[in-house]
Amino acid sequence: MTEYIIKNGCVIDPTQGINGQKMDICIKDGKIVDKVSNSAKVIDATGKTVMAGGVDIHSHVAGPKVDAGRLFRPEDKLFKSPNRKSNLRMEMGFSVPSVSKTGYDYARMGYGFVMEAAMPPLEAAHVHEEIRDTPIIDEAAMPVLGNNWFLLEYFKNHEIENAGAYASWILNATRGYALKCVNPGGTEAWGWGLNCITIHDKVPYFDITPAEIVKGLIETNEYLRLPHSIHVHANNLGNPGNYTTTLDTLKLVEGYKANNDFGREQVMHHTHLQFHCYGGDSFKSSSFESKSKEVMDYVNKQKGLTIDTGNVTLDETTTMTADGPFEYHLTHLNHLKWTNVDIELETAAGIVPFIYDPKTYIAGAQWAIGLELPLFAKDKDRCFITTDHPNAGPFWRYPRIYKWLLSANARNDLIKNELKYGDKVLDTTYIGELSDKEISLYELAQMTRSGVAKALGLSNLYGSLKTGMNANVAVYDIDPENLPSDPEQYETAFGNVFAFFKDGVLCIENHDIVNYSMPKKTVWVNSIVPENKQVERDIRDKFLHSYTVDLENYAVQEEHVHNPYAIKVDITE
Amino acid sequence: MNTVTITMVKQPQLFLEADLITPDQFAGKSIEAIGAIEISEGKIKYPLASFAKIEGVSGATAAETKIVLNGDLTRVKRIGQQMTAGEIIINSNVDMYTGGWMKGGKITVNGNADSFTGIAMAGGELTINGNCQNHVGSAYRGDWRGMTGGVLRVTGNVGNDIGTFMRGGTIIVGGDAFIHVHTHGEGGTIIVKGNIQARVGGQSVKGDIFVNGKIDFMMPGYKYVEDVEKDVDGVKAVYAHYVGDLGERHPEAKGQKVFTNLYLKK
Repeated sequence: MTEYIIKNGCVIDPTQGINGQKMDICIKDGKIVDKVSNSAKVIDATGKTVMAGGVDIHSHVAGPKVDAGRLFRPEDKLFKSPNRKSNLRMEMGFSVPSVSKTGYDYARMGYGFVMEAAMPPLEAAHVHEEIRDTPIIDEAAMPVLGNNWFLLEYFKNHEIENAGAYASWILNATRGYALKCVNPGGTEAWGWGLNCITIHDKVPYFDITPAEIVKGLIETNEYLRLPHSIHVHANNLGNPGNYTTTLDTLKLVEGYKANNDFGREQVMHHTHLQFHCYGGDSFKSSSFESKSKEVMDYVNKQKGLTIDTGNVTLDETTTMTADGPFEYHLTHLNHLKWTNVDIELETAAGIVPFIYDPKTYIAGAQWAIGLELPLFAKDKDRCFITTDHPNAGPFWRYPRIYKWLLSANARNDLIKNELKYGDKVLDTTYIGELSDKEISLYELAQMTRSGVAKALGLSNLYGSLKTGMNANVAVYDIDPENLPSDPEQYETAFGNVFAFFKDGVLCIENHDIVNYSMPKKTVWVNSIVPENKQVERDIRDKFLHSYTVDLENYAVQEEHVHNPYAIKVDITE
Repeated sequence: MNTVTITMVKQPQLFLEADLITPDQFAGKSIEAIGAIEISEGKIKYPLASFAKIEGVSGATAAETKIVLNGDLTRVKRIGQQMTAGEIIINSNVDMYTGGWMKGGKITVNGNADSFTGIAMAGGELTINGNCQNHVGSAYRGDWRGMTGGVLRVTGNVGNDIGTFMRGGTIIVGGDAFIHVHTHGEGGTIIVKGNIQARVGGQSVKGDIFVNGKIDFMMPGYKYVEDVEKDVDGVKAVYAHYVGDLGERHPEAKGQKVFTNLYLKK
């Protein structure tokens, strides 16, 4: 394989405490090495920033829900699809891009790994087929388990070993990565036309509460010693006054300790926290307010937690979530088209287009809350930047979020000049209090690389430039010794990586994608548990009586999973 | 105003995608530069001059540019798409999407136009002196933002899905319409001087529909209110006023519930 040397760049790598030091990064046979021969191809990175490839912890990029979003929104492509470039495949879509555009755009931002945020177990084959068709980036997917009938029954009876055996079976059957939990109990309750608004609302029939489900999942996750913690989208998303539910959910981690061999320290990752930090009792500016400080005060002192932001980017986008009742609620707010599906014994999903219009108060307040979270975060290794793509905005807007965080001017300008109700936003959120706060490039690298990889239990694969790591390396047109005076340059530079290596293959050279054919991996967790006859019988029984598919046809077949990379976790040893 | 005359000299084997035939594109360009504008036949792009003879002079701006199209344009789509000013006169039948997304200016078609004429139109005047097919002044598929402004006049008959998701502007049909008129409407005015078979104003929440002929099958969601005298396209007459669609949400404005008004000539 070709050798490369990235010469003279300013390296930022929090895993080694390197902050802007001028040094060379050498790449050989797909790995980062100490030195290369004289024949190595030179990439001149003088006056540029060198970081590890980005890692996205939560993004809806593959699967039936994303695909339905594409079919359901032909207008999302109208006049917004760039013409095909000669060496690339067709790119389409704005908020729900086609698989090719998804892979290319992540590469253009210098990202090497993306976690698909919600995989309905029954539809896992579809998820893996789309992962296969997404170029360049490595991916993994989290099966959605917060409303799963098996688990609800095991948790009700406090049978954590049985829950573990079942979760392990699901991870293997779906080639999944971690235990995802969306609106625990609420999505199931919606089957009865109800929802779970607090963590103590009972789920009909199952007679269990969201609190019991979340605690059960934490115990199951730590029993299985999985690389990632449970990944929670809490109850009561998007509603004014929901921050109390959020705090109640976060506090469920108290008393638990992470149990794994992957360096992960948290026991719960709470996703798209922006949607969960609202005070007040209506969306009117006289009532609605930010509670990000209250929530982040708790997150900052609780080491058992990591979060991601879910930043609103003020775009027209497409919301899609396994939180079925929320989407139903949303379509009644904005009167736009809505689609919904129930996934048998497992989960549900809904889709509604949404416009975060800077001319409305509420979009401005949501935008502010999303930025408050990372600015309040004391430990940047536990707070990650996402847009909950495409729910709060498309992922390819990350560079714009970086701009708002790196430059207080960019933020204050927007409040003054683009938000129609900027003054009201200042009154009802904490963004004014943070008006001179900025994050550093080092902190940005923590929030998009090292911290994320650690929280996912993937720090030996991603997010670092240590010798021996897979060579995912991004070179940006930013000189840390001479930071740009115009904040727009941050957005341009982070959105158009100067050079990007994926597994040691030069993917982007001089801003252009030159190669997208490198092998990409599907990362999954091969969880091994002691034999459990009870759970085997339960699975056979449920498939016989309740599922519409036969057990034999349920599991993802080998040919569906593209270039699998299994992380083996054996708790029988 | 300067005039550019385009005369078709060769027929395409497929259909031409001529979205660049607009005063906005022609303005300030020489005849040679206009001839070099690329139009697509299938996936291959050709210069306009390979299909048409181009004469005249373009204006400095779109508003000062008039385009006259002669010859057989039956296989040409998207003329005047997204135009903002100026004038286009088409002395032929045309294919689909004529005047789609137009924001201003004037298009006159002296012939029939196919489907999607004036789709998502936002302003200007679009006149078809002939018949149209389906989706006249409707929204792009999937979109909830249909026609928002301008006047779209068809002297003859139209097909189905007229003014779907309409939010503003006026559609005037001289002849008959088939089915689905003002479906999902949220504003605007549709006048049909002939008859409509069925499904008028289904799921519509706001807007005005005038029908001078008869509707064979009324939607069950419309309720008769009273007889009123109305001035419709310059002619006064008495209409039976219905409101609907009662099966839909009813937004409030100034303390009053808003409905779609359907006026049926007595």
